[in-house]
Amino acid sequence: MTVVALRPKAKTMADAAPKNVIDVNELSLVFQTNDGPVNALSNINLAVGGGEFVSFIGPSGCGKTTLLRVIADLEQPTSGSISVNGMTPSEARQKRAYGYVFQAAALYPWRTIAGNISLPLEVMGIPKAERKDRIARNLELVNLSGFEKKFPWQLSGGMQQRASIARALSFDPHLLLMDEPFGALDEIVRDHLNEELLKLWAKTQKTVVFVTHSIPEAVFLSTKIVVMSPRPGRIHEIIDCDLGPERTLDIRETPKFLEIAHRVREGLRHGHSYDAAHL
Amino acid sequence: MRRSPLAVVAFALAAASLVLPTGADGPGFLFFSAPAIVFAAAAVALFVPPSRASLIALLILVHVAAFCLIGLLGAFATSGPAIGYWCSVIGAWLLAWLAVQRLAALRFKSPNMQRLSNLALPVLFGAWLLILWEIIVRGFGVPTILLPPPSMIAARIAASIPTLWADFQQTFLKAAIAGYAIGCGSGFIAAIVVDRVPFLRKGLLPIGNLVAALPVVGIAPIMVMWFGSYWESKAAVVVIMTFFPMLVNTVAGLAASGAMERDLMRTYGSTYIQTLLKLRLPAAMPFIFNALKINSTLALIGAIVAEFFGSPIVGMGFRISMEVGRMNVDMVWAEIFVAALAGSLSYGLITLIERAVTFWHPSYRT
Repeated sequence: MTVVALRPKAKTMADAAPKNVIDVNELSLVFQTNDGPVNALSNINLAVGGGEFVSFIGPSGCGKTTLLRVIADLEQPTSGSISVNGMTPSEARQKRAYGYVFQAAALYPWRTIAGNISLPLEVMGIPKAERKDRIARNLELVNLSGFEKKFPWQLSGGMQQRASIARALSFDPHLLLMDEPFGALDEIVRDHLNEELLKLWAKTQKTVVFVTHSIPEAVFLSTKIVVMSPRPGRIHEIIDCDLGPERTLDIRETPKFLEIAHRVREGLRHGHSYDAAHL
Repeated sequence: MRRSPLAVVAFALAAASLVLPTGADGPGFLFFSAPAIVFAAAAVALFVPPSRASLIALLILVHVAAFCLIGLLGAFATSGPAIGYWCSVIGAWLLAWLAVQRLAALRFKSPNMQRLSNLALPVLFGAWLLILWEIIVRGFGVPTILLPPPSMIAARIAASIPTLWADFQQTFLKAAIAGYAIGCGSGFIAAIVVDRVPFLRKGLLPIGNLVAALPVVGIAPIMVMWFGSYWESKAAVVVIMTFFPMLVNTVAGLAASGAMERDLMRTYGSTYIQTLLKLRLPAAMPFIFNALKINSTLALIGAIVAEFFGSPIVGMGFRISMEVGRMNVDMVWAEIFVAALAGSLSYGLITLIERAVTFWHPSYRT
């Protein structure tokens, strides 16, 4: 009955506001630590539209992972407001609105690859026949067909991370939250997975929010780059990255790519010097 | 060919035993054959290049020699064994040592052969422990009340199988297993409750540690007063001994899953029960099996010791305390043997189940 009551409300909200998947307004988050309060996020304003690929980039401590975790309802903001699909993050999480990919693959070692991809489907009570179907489909999407019966520890790091992406996609969320998913991988594997991720994004039309500390990765993947700076964690600049939908690794040599990368680098440097002036 | 110093010493001892007096009565078959076979084994070890065939020959010769040396122990009616006999014994022992060393160094292609050789090593070790025990105790005439020879214990086991079985049934099949199941089961359930209710973790766990430190000799008489002298009181002692290892290990195990894995379940909107069943319990399994293994030995000890404080006229602990009083030390050793056998078999069984359940753990991965 609550579902019936909620639906029209959610709809009117979505109609009233512009069609943003994520809306963040004056959001701040203060962690209480033993060394006193830490301003992890300060006055964040951000809108992410449907089908966008948005990257958060910044040095460590700038709050990019914290912001992603606030969107995922894994951290609670101290002030300000945030909506995900027109709901609170908590409601969005309960409705399984997003898939989350962590820094490590975090596959359960006692489950096979197929079993790991089946995990969210089991939690969500999807019947067995459909689970099987979805496992096959999503393994194919990340080029892991044939590895269903392997255990995670029998696969390379890159394959494990691909399996974890298949797991996040298995219940078909419209929003994909990725926290430095390729940070622990070597550059060759990383380039390859970046290309695959772009293809996947083009194929599935999902909205992606991607945390990284690599400038080329951010420019190569994104439609919008959010440059963040530390102490207190805040958004320094938002750079549009209109390199078009068809991107190959070669694009990284073009003047336009280099220009955007330069702007991101400048933005990061300014964020830092501002920080240094405060010190 | 580099000769092993073990083989050189063994050969010298075997050669000496051919000429030195053994002290055995009258010339008989064993009088000649025992030193001769030791000498033959030493010759094989020293002069035949190491190979699988020579290793098998050495193993056979050395065990026939041990058999003859034990047989020769019956021929010391007039005097104790003399220097020649001990030379043979030490020589045979060194040769067995050498054979085990060579067996341990072998690598087999077929996994079954490798498994067989892995099994043979502890069996050979155990066999030589018994052989030397037999020879030393009988050769030096150690009083059987201090330490009976293995042959005497074996004879006692063979002669009292019905009694041993009744004791085993009473102490192991009834008291230990019932107490183990109840203790481990309730420890497990308590751990889940403690994990769910934070104030219990702070309040109950320290008291749990206190109870875990209670000595079994203090608990057992009280349990006999509470539950009577039948097996139920022994099971109660076992419950008390096994409850807290299970509780503490399971609580630690439930905390073993990583923060990232738990966040993952949270992003799925998973319920408490789902997270428990799909993440935290599987992650806790290595800890739970640790407790099951610790408790399998504790249960047997608890059940046996508890019987010292009042029991019907059956049970392993009852038999041990009674037969010690009657100076029937061989029966005490027979019960010890049964307890050791039951203890290692149950431990082994739990280890096998553990391997099947926690196959994914880094220590078992293949």
